[in-house]
Amino acid sequence: MGEKLLMKGNEAIAEAAIRSGCKLFFGYPITPQTELAEYMAKQMPKRGGLSLQAESEVAAINMVLGAASTGARVITSSSSPGISLKSEGISYIIGSDLPCVIVNVQRGGPGLGGIQPAQSDYNQATKALGHGDGHAIVLAPNSVQEIATLVGEAFDLADIYRMPCMILADGALGQMMEPVDFEAKPAREIPEKDWACCGHGGKRVHNIVNSLYIEPEKLEEIVNERFERYRKLEENEVKYEEYLTEDADIILVSYGITARIAKTAVRNARKMGIKAGLFRPITLYPFPKKQLMALAEKTNCFLSVEMNMGQMVNDVKLAIECKKPVYHYGRTGGMIPSPEEILQKIQEYSGGNA
Amino acid sequence: MSAILLAGFGGQGILFAGKQLVLAGMKIGKEISWLPSYGPEMRGGTCNCSVNIDDEPIGSPLVTAPDILIAMNKPSLLKFEGKVVKDGVIIIDSSLVDVKTSRDDVNAYYIPATQLANDAGISKLANVIVLGYLIKKTGLYDADYFMECIKASAPKAKPELGELNAKALQIGYDYE
Repeated sequence: MGEKLLMKGNEAIAEAAIRSGCKLFFGYPITPQTELAEYMAKQMPKRGGLSLQAESEVAAINMVLGAASTGARVITSSSSPGISLKSEGISYIIGSDLPCVIVNVQRGGPGLGGIQPAQSDYNQATKALGHGDGHAIVLAPNSVQEIATLVGEAFDLADIYRMPCMILADGALGQMMEPVDFEAKPAREIPEKDWACCGHGGKRVHNIVNSLYIEPEKLEEIVNERFERYRKLEENEVKYEEYLTEDADIILVSYGITARIAKTAVRNARKMGIKAGLFRPITLYPFPKKQLMALAEKTNCFLSVEMNMGQMVNDVKLAIECKKPVYHYGRTGGMIPSPEEILQKIQEYSGGNA
Repeated sequence: MSAILLAGFGGQGILFAGKQLVLAGMKIGKEISWLPSYGPEMRGGTCNCSVNIDDEPIGSPLVTAPDILIAMNKPSLLKFEGKVVKDGVIIIDSSLVDVKTSRDDVNAYYIPATQLANDAGISKLANVIVLGYLIKKTGLYDADYFMECIKASAPKAKPELGELNAKALQIGYDYE
């Protein structure tokens, strides 16, 4: 155990990135993510790194593309509207098989939306961060402490699978302060980056990083190879947490900050004699399909709780092949659901008994 | 278990006061969370801060039913008094709030914190005066322990701020 520090989620993301060997930050300020950029600006120069405020989100993500091409660990961060601006660059990064970490501290949308917490970019993050057949790994921490471990994991996964990894947070997680202990996470074996474009004194044939393939046969082959890596991800890297699911009649499915509120509601439901449980996906892509399917055999129904109008609920239905009813409860626009509201839904869907 | 809501104008040190409460909790091994209501403005406007101090891991960081409400202005009192739990505590800066709470099932305490701060020449520290009064009325922390925490809250480069905060805390603790 190290020393416990009191930190905002945004600051903890930045600190964890620096501790994971990230030397480069390119970003552009936007609420509720700005403390991350501010922390980087303060710390990176002192710790042998570089923090650069680009002229726009588009510029920042393309700087990430360039830096990642050299094999360096690099991170960028933004909030919802800024992520939309980055989407072209993200697609290029996916198409070029480059590792990097992208942070989305979500706020209400669409459009400029608001600045309060939301989870309404779930579909964007897990389905279409950019155009084309492709994905990024998506990790969803639910506390400042979990940020400290998942950011390091994000860099490792990105390097191992050669693809971008998104930390999908929200305004509440970014702004709240909690104790955090930056205990070193067990190191994973990172393959050598023999694809990186960096100086080699003419000792080998030069590497090329590229996402343009004019021959459809070639492009299909490359996309197929990438999907083979997605398959391996799904086989080996799915992360989730289960709470009181063993005997549950109703299982809430919720991620990030909302999962904590749902957990409080589950606890209160249990006090009333309702057998409620919670399933918390930590990897949103790859989604824990098998684990949910296994639960579908045991429980009566699922309730997806999200800060949006119903996005992850569809993944739950797909995962369990609609074997059991899947309900949704959400608040949107920057509103945070209360444990009482969620409890009411649990009562409603568990048959109104107890 | 304490769910505390601190509310007032931006610039009154609401977030600072909340941070001192969670820091003191963290040092003695409590589970804590601090969540600001963040807005686009640095000063003015309304500001509030959700603080949880508990023995169990914190679920929702957002305080919707506070055990303790600190109202540093009238809009905050009117907005949040109805949410305080029965037998909860409301602490009101009576120099800025010219009404009493409409609740008769809570313990309400009034302290002219802003006036006391101005009189003592520490006009920006009404927030810490309120903390002193809070500690006295609720026993949330041991008074001597919290005094040490407040003294340590000053940045190393400005130790004199720690002394001023200590002075403010004492004024609040000694009131009435």
